[in-house]
Amino acid sequence: MSHDIEREKEIAAGSRRAATYPVPPAELVSALRRDNETWVSDSVEAFGELTLVVPRASIAEVCAHLKTAPGFEFDMLSDLMGADRGPEEEPRFEVNYHLFSTKRFHRLRLKVLLEQDDTHVPTVTTVWRTANWHERETFDMFGVVFDGHPDLRRILLPDDWQGHALRKDFPLRGYEPYSLT
Amino acid sequence: MPPAFEVVDRPLDTQMTISFGPQHPSTHGVLRLELVLDGEMVVKCVPDIGYLHTGMEKLFEYKKYQQGIVITDRMDYLNPLGNNLAYCMAVEKLLGLEIPERAQVIRVLMCELQRIASHMVWLGTHALDIGAMTVFFYAFRQRERILNLIEAASGERMTPSYFRIGGLMMDLPAGFERRARQFTEDFPAAVDEWHDLLSGNRIFQNRTKGVGVISAEDAIDWGLTGPPLRGSGVPLDIRRANPYCGYETYDFEVPVEHGCDVWSRYMVRMREMLESNKIIRQALERLRPGPIKADAPKVVLPEREAMKTHMDALIHHFLIVAEGFNVPEGEVYQPIEGSKGELGVYVKSDGGPKPTRVHVRGPSFVNLSALPVMSEGEMVADVVAIIGSLDIVLGEIDR
Repeated sequence: MSHDIEREKEIAAGSRRAATYPVPPAELVSALRRDNETWVSDSVEAFGELTLVVPRASIAEVCAHLKTAPGFEFDMLSDLMGADRGPEEEPRFEVNYHLFSTKRFHRLRLKVLLEQDDTHVPTVTTVWRTANWHERETFDMFGVVFDGHPDLRRILLPDDWQGHALRKDFPLRGYEPYSLT
Repeated sequence: MPPAFEVVDRPLDTQMTISFGPQHPSTHGVLRLELVLDGEMVVKCVPDIGYLHTGMEKLFEYKKYQQGIVITDRMDYLNPLGNNLAYCMAVEKLLGLEIPERAQVIRVLMCELQRIASHMVWLGTHALDIGAMTVFFYAFRQRERILNLIEAASGERMTPSYFRIGGLMMDLPAGFERRARQFTEDFPAAVDEWHDLLSGNRIFQNRTKGVGVISAEDAIDWGLTGPPLRGSGVPLDIRRANPYCGYETYDFEVPVEHGCDVWSRYMVRMREMLESNKIIRQALERLRPGPIKADAPKVVLPEREAMKTHMDALIHHFLIVAEGFNVPEGEVYQPIEGSKGELGVYVKSDGGPKPTRVHVRGPSFVNLSALPVMSEGEMVADVVAIIGSLDIVLGEIDR
């Protein structure tokens, strides 16, 4: 029985790892933080993954740098998605960028935190064109506005949909029965 | 709904706007394209998606972790085991579970079977779109054998939910190995048959070679993964780049073609099926008796027999079913190589029995977003060939 308790403690501490993937070398990340102090406000390493919290204003700049900088070479944007921490939380929204390097095979998550009243983020479609649909989806589901996006329309929900469906205060079944006709 | 772009009404102009789909059979579901045509030439192509949106990501937040597996089956319904695997691995990463060897081997085995089955649907429908009907029946005849195997293991053909958090639903049934081995022996002959039917066909070659070209740089920029990327000459496979489930110990090749066109994507998938067949054989060799569930009584359901004799097993069963299990706070992103490309699942937990956010990076979603690049400047009939070569599933795109 004590064996079980020990295991639960280990699991709770998140110290035991399942399959994981490489992250960029630690000295490069610390060099990045040192050289540009305003670029990275926080870094979290958990579950074998590295997350850098980036101030909103510099996200496009950081992405453009990471795309080409030697040692990083994040030439592919794997995924871009939003998340809602709940109406009481502040900052309430986060936008996560999952970067991947097709040359070095490592991955990195960038995170931008947004206040409830001001959900504007600079677009990264200028860095990776694949961000186009991801940003439209994030706009559709969370109401995050990507400044400079070439075609910011709803993508999954109808154009006349009210509200943003993946926000925590949006009810599971919607506000009223919706008819497509 | 207002059109996505400005329509200029010029009576003597040769340009015409047509709505392609959503009920068109060669759009593989409910994809709608707005095409601006100049004669037969595509000037502009704007995909319109969302017809199959069912709010799955919202639904995840209202379900316990183990209930979420059932939702993943319905996303990419041609590759449900891959979806199960990505989701289970993401949650296992948060829990820090170690999966026993036998479960890992069976996961690899089933995923590769599913990959072949998914490619068979692609082959049949892709050839059907271009006008070769016979291949469809040949491909589906073989696919039935795989679906029978999946049904034998899990009880379901299309929505198996066979992988569970911490292992598998149950062990393989008696006779499964023999049937799977028989399939791997017959399969190369079936691929030869398809090559005889299709690859040497001049009409098929003319319809696919040099059509829908996307360069390697563009493919990476547009986030293409899987066969479309490897058809553009980039040797990227998540099974090799970020190995999981012990893929680094299997001996297989990553097929790459350099034509960047529909034909290259076709050849990549045809060769990839034989590589999957090789992996299945190796996995069958490695099957040894052993546990199929992780040793984590608070997460994994206990054996039925144990519940009849052990009080703690009964308690754990009751708690898992009634209340679920708590997952440590944090966020993970788990990518795997699905049959269509990089399938990534992001799971965020607040420490409770339900996730606060689940996001699926569907390979079809991203691959489809590059369709305008490939199809603008092509003939309207070639758009059908290009969609077929991307192998999209709308269930995953719209989620």
